[in-house]
Amino acid sequence: MARYDRAITVFSPDGHLFQVEYALEAVRKGNAAVGVRGTDNVVLGVEKKSTAKLQDSRSVRKIVNLDNHIALACAGLKADARVLINRARVECQSHRLTVEDPVTVEYITRYIAGLQQKYTQSGGVRPFGLSTLIVGFDPYTGTPSLYQTDPSGTFSAWKANATGRNSNSIREFLEKNYKEVSGHETIKLAIRALLEVVESGGKNIEVAVMTKEEGLRQLEEAEIDAIVAEIEAEKAAAEAAKKAPPKET
Amino acid sequence: MECVFGLVGNGFAIVVADTSAVHSILVHKSNEDKIMLLDSHKLIAASGEPGDRVQFTEYIQKNVALYHFRNGIPLTTAAAANFTRGELATALRKNPYFVNVLLAGYDKETGPSLYYIDYIATMHKVDKGAFGYGSYFSLAMMDRHYHSGMTVEEAIDLVDKCIMEIRSRLVVAPPNFVIKIVDKEGARQYAWRESVKDAPVPAA
Repeated sequence: MARYDRAITVFSPDGHLFQVEYALEAVRKGNAAVGVRGTDNVVLGVEKKSTAKLQDSRSVRKIVNLDNHIALACAGLKADARVLINRARVECQSHRLTVEDPVTVEYITRYIAGLQQKYTQSGGVRPFGLSTLIVGFDPYTGTPSLYQTDPSGTFSAWKANATGRNSNSIREFLEKNYKEVSGHETIKLAIRALLEVVESGGKNIEVAVMTKEEGLRQLEEAEIDAIVAEIEAEKAAAEAAKKAPPKET
Repeated sequence: MECVFGLVGNGFAIVVADTSAVHSILVHKSNEDKIMLLDSHKLIAASGEPGDRVQFTEYIQKNVALYHFRNGIPLTTAAAANFTRGELATALRKNPYFVNVLLAGYDKETGPSLYYIDYIATMHKVDKGAFGYGSYFSLAMMDRHYHSGMTVEEAIDLVDKCIMEIRSRLVVAPPNFVIKIVDKEGARQYAWRESVKDAPVPAA
């Protein structure tokens, strides 16, 4: 098996591209990221590992703008992310320049995925070690979208998805609890999903909401704490309700 | 025959451009907007070769936007002006752009500013500037009536004086002008000065 992972242009006998699979491992070690699509907004949430005391946390933004109406969060190698994000930002402007139209979410996702695929079929390079969650609103239809790409270069649209650490548990939670909601409810659902695997508190989560009118808005720590408190209160109320009913019969 | 001019007032900058799109003796349209919004607080008024004008200003606009996304903070007016000049200078000895530009902007720290950049990449930071045949008249008018710290009303009055001068003294004077202003609220259209409206197409 070891002979088939040095040059990634080579398939293994049983049809594996090992470098790509190893890149997916790198993604699985990255911090959790979740995306939830609502009817009128899309929410991205990312786990924030505790920042070192001396580090200026403002310089570590995990959810970034690609254009006024498109945002991206990722899990995996952050340095690779910087390169991809830069290329995507240039492509967003280049598209506006050549066709005088902002990109659709699908277009820029296809572009990023195409870039990731190129690096699985070139000599002397390794794949990008990250999966991205791309959200945005299509410029003329105004419909919200959520897409995911991975190191192999595949992409697809999702109603809700997660990537990075413990993404399977988050996805399971979302599959059980997803409902088409809007506004505040979408934010709550995203945070609830993230809280399945992350220590609760505004300090450990970064959340941003994309709306058609306002574009990307990063939530303040205080705001996140308030929503977390709301969620915990709801959970407590649900627990209490479970224990109460027997009295009525 | 293109006329572009501008001036800096008290906390704002105004640029004015004619709105005729001309090809030899034919006027294609008389409501062509030659002043582009570079970003929320910058205006770029351009005159010159029509293809180059649009191509160049759109290219600058997209690069200014890219800088904003990459760095999370917009370019200052001085930086944008120097970038524009740099692009003109780089292209000059290979494939020059025949575009003259007046770049007006408002920065929170330094207030309003106006930059004169011509097609061979000369750049000056000015209080008043003009390009084209109209400049002979508008610069003279501004030299006579301009003073620093003008209010918007005084500035618009001066602009109207310049337009009047151009209309009466330039042999092929453009009929319509657009006036745009940039201040701390942002860059926006202020008014049109029309003496000829494009005739509406009659219903079939």
